[in-house]
Amino acid sequence: MSDPLRSALAVLPEYLSQHVLLSAAALALGVALSVPLLIAARHSARLRWPVLAAASLIQTVPSIALLALFYPLLLGLSRLTGRLFGVRFQALGFLPSLLALTLYSILPILRNGVTAVVSLDPAIVQAAHGVGMTSRQRLWRVELPLAAPMLMAGLRTSAVWVIGTATLATSVGQTTLGNYIFTGLQLANWVWVLFGCGAAVALALVTDQLLALIAFGLAHRRPRLAWLGLCLLVAGVAAAAAVPLTGSRRAGFVVGAKNFTEQYILAALISSRLRAEGYPVTERTGLGSRLAFQALAANELSVYVDYTGTVWHDDLHHSSDPPRAKLLSELRTELRRRYGIVLLGPLGYENAYVLAMRRRRAAALGIRTVADLARFAPRFALGGDLEFFARPVWHDLKRRYGLHFRALRQYEPAFMYHALMSGAVNVIAAFSSDGRIAEDHLVLLKDPLHVIPPYDAVILLSPRAARNPALRRALEPLINHIPIGLMRHANFLVDRRNDKRTPRQAARWLAHAAHLR
Amino acid sequence: MIALRGVCKTFDGGASYAVRDVSLEVPARTFVAIVGDSGSGKTTLLKTINRLIEPEAGEVYINGEPVRSVAPHELRRRIGYVFQGVGLFPHLSIAQNIGITPRLAGWPEEAIRARVEELIDLVRLPRTFLTRRPAELSGGQRQRVGIARALAARPAIVLMDEPFGALDPVTRDGLGTECRRLHESMRLTTVMVTHDILEAVLLADRICVMRRGRVVADGEPHELLAGHPDPAVRTLMDMPRRQAERVRALLEERAARE
Repeated sequence: MSDPLRSALAVLPEYLSQHVLLSAAALALGVALSVPLLIAARHSARLRWPVLAAASLIQTVPSIALLALFYPLLLGLSRLTGRLFGVRFQALGFLPSLLALTLYSILPILRNGVTAVVSLDPAIVQAAHGVGMTSRQRLWRVELPLAAPMLMAGLRTSAVWVIGTATLATSVGQTTLGNYIFTGLQLANWVWVLFGCGAAVALALVTDQLLALIAFGLAHRRPRLAWLGLCLLVAGVAAAAAVPLTGSRRAGFVVGAKNFTEQYILAALISSRLRAEGYPVTERTGLGSRLAFQALAANELSVYVDYTGTVWHDDLHHSSDPPRAKLLSELRTELRRRYGIVLLGPLGYENAYVLAMRRRRAAALGIRTVADLARFAPRFALGGDLEFFARPVWHDLKRRYGLHFRALRQYEPAFMYHALMSGAVNVIAAFSSDGRIAEDHLVLLKDPLHVIPPYDAVILLSPRAARNPALRRALEPLINHIPIGLMRHANFLVDRRNDKRTPRQAARWLAHAAHLR
Repeated sequence: MIALRGVCKTFDGGASYAVRDVSLEVPARTFVAIVGDSGSGKTTLLKTINRLIEPEAGEVYINGEPVRSVAPHELRRRIGYVFQGVGLFPHLSIAQNIGITPRLAGWPEEAIRARVEELIDLVRLPRTFLTRRPAELSGGQRQRVGIARALAARPAIVLMDEPFGALDPVTRDGLGTECRRLHESMRLTTVMVTHDILEAVLLADRICVMRRGRVVADGEPHELLAGHPDPAVRTLMDMPRRQAERVRALLEERAARE
């Protein structure tokens, strides 16, 4: 029944078409930017140097960082245009991805073009002057035609880069083939990871070969071949544009999920309830923690599940640690006041960070609490997720218990458990609702000083979504209806190594087991 | 008629001059050769005529009109230009190369085609070459195309910068003779830069000798061959005569032996 390949194929039209549209738009924009730059810079060493240096610099910024940086930038810009002109635009998803990929695509085209023009045979340049060409005629009749092969080579490099890098756009909420990879990594669904890689590689190869066909047609004066290549490319993009999105984006709700199993399941659960009410729903999964919160505040997500401790410390930047009930009520008030975000209510379980060890090892060393651990820490390596070591909770744990580990290692959550089981790390900062705790026979170390704040799972609604009573009605039955045991088991269904379920199946199981109306 | 008046050109802000205060008149339908060592300024001087180089001082006139008053590309379309590098456009066919200036000038296609066929005949290349690419031709054939291209828009003036410098002696001699023939038949005014004094003597109506940016001698070949007050010019002009005398001596020796 769990057939990862079949489920992968089911979403292929959407993922592939989104990937194609994003890449094509970025490449088109990249060409539209780099060709004028090339024309302006080709005879001016003074302009050429800074332009090429800037393009190279952009290339050295890690792509995932570039993508992530565009989100706050666009969000600020959107607020500004909202204030000035009353027009706001979507800062999550397509736009930041498009801008980042466009910047990436510029360098190969520009550098190849400039190299080609600069290294033109001086005799040909002299002849172009001598026969009486104007500057424009030299450009169109001599420089560009002779630079065309190098330009096409640059375009091919760009295309392959853009298609490959577009997979990372998933992290800023743009659906691409990267969704297979990100989701697959989180859920340890290797079929999906391979499928995503394979699809991206195949797309890159096909595009590259079609561009090669155009280049060949141009170089060998076979215009029909060039046209054929161009038509096939355009047809591919047109076909992608014709694929309907699942759920119309305009009227529906956008359900967000961060990048771990439980979030995927809860997003599926929330989506299914909204769909049952007849609303079109889009899911944006695999988002970074801070990104999800900002997107919700900006109405780019309608709803997602977050955790009280995370929001309190990481998003609202408090350093105090109020007790559970007080935290919840203060959070509710402050979110509403500062962002218009509505905290609909807790789901009824907690997903706190907990330090976890393998049961047998902990027993052998007599470690039962974090205080016990402090003595052994200098010999141990600690594994955390990608965000843990930057969170206030880690600094507090370190300070209050005097923890000094031999090494700190960061992992994607799925790999963190593997790292513990394989001995690469001795302790991990696990999640208390994680299904793998039971599966891997882990022991959770107690926190006698109560350093770790409460991390109650809560449903957050965007300011706009909160105004919709039907949405509230659809989600209110979840409040206080999901006990930790059920959530852990639902996570386990997805995370376990054999007979894995999809998040959607786990969500269905959870709804049933929790007797949700 | 071409006239240069006090032309100066420096490439280093005045520290040295490539061309220093040169005045020169080239009457219509004359074939003038400018000779001199490398670095004597002869190519620079030539390029001021079609504004590939703009002089710092002085003025160049064509038919009494200063060249500065014409847009460079307009000017160049009216002046044929042949140079050692040839510079055929590799992405264009031979026909397109020859027809480029008429096309830039907006001639009708039919007229361009007729002119291209006329010119390929004139430079004695087979018409089958018209569809070929420059890369398929030999060096001599390419320079013939270069000459045809220079003549395509019916210029009254042709500038040649070491046009045969890269060719073997036989091709060189043949093309030189060809150029002189075209000069006559098309009633051209030709200015040719060369470092080959024999070529200058055999082809030109008049020879200008340049040294360090100045014209140090200017006269008809037979005048200069007869002697000149400047010793360096004398040495230069002695060379073709000495060579000719040696060749004649060799031939006479041979005849005497037989």
